[in-house]
Amino acid sequence: MAAPIAIQLEFGGGAELLFDGLKKHHVTLPTQTEPWDVKQLLVWIQRNLLKERPELFVQGDSVRPGILVLINDADWELMGELDYQLQDHDNVVFISTLHGG
Amino acid sequence: MPVLCSCCAEKRAVLKRPKTGHSLCKECFFCAFEEEVNQTIVSAKLFKPGERVGIAASGGKDSTVLAHVMKLLNERYNYGLELMLLSVDEGITGYRDDSLETVKRNEQQYELPLTIVSYEELYGWTMDAIVKQVGLKNNCTFCGVFRRQALDRGAIMLKVDKICTGHNADDVAETVLMNVLRGDIARLRRCTAISTASEGEAVVPRCKPLKYAYEKEIVLYAYFKKLDYFSTECIYSPNAYRGYARTFLKDLESVRSSSIIDIIHSGENLSVREGVKMPVQGTCNRCGYISSQTLCKSCVLLEGLNRGLPKLGIGKHNRLHHKILSRQPLSEKEERKLKSAEF
Repeated sequence: MAAPIAIQLEFGGGAELLFDGLKKHHVTLPTQTEPWDVKQLLVWIQRNLLKERPELFVQGDSVRPGILVLINDADWELMGELDYQLQDHDNVVFISTLHGG
Repeated sequence: MPVLCSCCAEKRAVLKRPKTGHSLCKECFFCAFEEEVNQTIVSAKLFKPGERVGIAASGGKDSTVLAHVMKLLNERYNYGLELMLLSVDEGITGYRDDSLETVKRNEQQYELPLTIVSYEELYGWTMDAIVKQVGLKNNCTFCGVFRRQALDRGAIMLKVDKICTGHNADDVAETVLMNVLRGDIARLRRCTAISTASEGEAVVPRCKPLKYAYEKEIVLYAYFKKLDYFSTECIYSPNAYRGYARTFLKDLESVRSSSIIDIIHSGENLSVREGVKMPVQGTCNRCGYISSQTLCKSCVLLEGLNRGLPKLGIGKHNRLHHKILSRQPLSEKEERKLKSAEF
C-alpha cells in the first residue's frame, strides 16, 4: 500500500483558465495499492480539479500536445514522462504554450 | 535519477531541447538559446549599427522574450541599436487592456521606451465596437488587417528603421501549412523570409529574430528566467482555421520534434514555377499603403464599417471598389449582401 502523498500542482501560460483561474493547488493524493505515477495523476486531475473544456488539457492518456510539464522544475521528458513515480512534496507544473501573445 | 547536462556535465539538466535532443542545465540552456538568436541575427544581417529598432510588444510570451533577449544581446555584442517597444491597443476590454499593463511593466523592467498606438485613434473604431457591428465570425479579419497597418503607422511615427516581431519557429511552420492549405502561393513564397524588404514609404521593414526558436524553448526560457508575461485567450472567437493548423502541428511535434524546423526548411526551399500568376503590389488610392488592389484591405474594411456594410471587406467584392472610390451609391441588392452580420 502506498501512503497518501502531498504534492503541489501549478498551472500557467493560460492553462490556469481551465482550473478556475487558480495557478497553485496543494493536493493530497489518497492511499492506493500502486504507487502514484503521472499517468494516474492526470486522471485524478481530470476528475477532481479540471473545471472546463477537458479536451484543452488532456488528449488520450497524456496531456494535450503543446502543454509543457515540469517535475520539480525539470522537463518531464527527462523524468520518464507518464511513468514518473510521484514522491511526497513533489512539484508538478503544467504550462500551456497554446495561448497567443 | 537526475540527468546531467550534456554540455557542462556538472549540473542537473532541466530540459530536453526539441531541436537537438540535448539535455541541458539552466545556465547552458540560457547560453545556447541566446547564442542561437545572436547567430540568427548576425548571419541574416538583420540590423546595422546605429539603427532605431521597434520591438512589437504584446505582453505575451514571445514578444516578452524577444524584448528581453534583444536588450541583452544589444548590450552583450554591441549591436549599437536604439531599441524601443511598440504596442498596439486593439481596444478589447478584459484582454488587451490587461496585457498592455504587462507591456508597461516591461517598459520599466527593460528600460525601453514604450509607445502605444490604438485602433481607436487610428481608425476611429475599437475592436469592441467592431464586434458589436460585425459579430464574432469575421472579426479576426478586421483585427489582423488593422494590426499590420497599425504597427507600420506606429513605426513611422517613431521613425524606426525596422520592426522586429516575436514570431517563433512554430508560428512560421504554422503559416507555411496554412498557406499550403489555402493555396496562397504569393504568401507561401514570402512567409518564411526572415525579413521583409522595404516595400515603399508606408511600410517599415520587419524581421523575426526568433524565427528558429521553438515555442517550447521560448516558454521555458521565460519560465526559468521568471519573465513577466501575460497569457490568456482573446475574448473574441479565436481564428478557427489557424487553430486546426496549430493542433495538427503540435500533434506532429509530439511524434517527431524536428517536424517544425523541417516544415520551415520545406517552405524556405520551395520555388514557384514561372508563369504562376502573382498579385502585383501597388499602393492604395486612398491612404497610400501597399495594396494589390485599388483600395487596401484596411480601407475597404473601414469603409464597410463606416457605411454600416460590415461584409464589404469579407470575401471577394473587388468589383465594388470603384463604386466606393467614386462614392457611387450601391444597389439595394448589393447593400443587402453586405449588411448581414453573423453572430
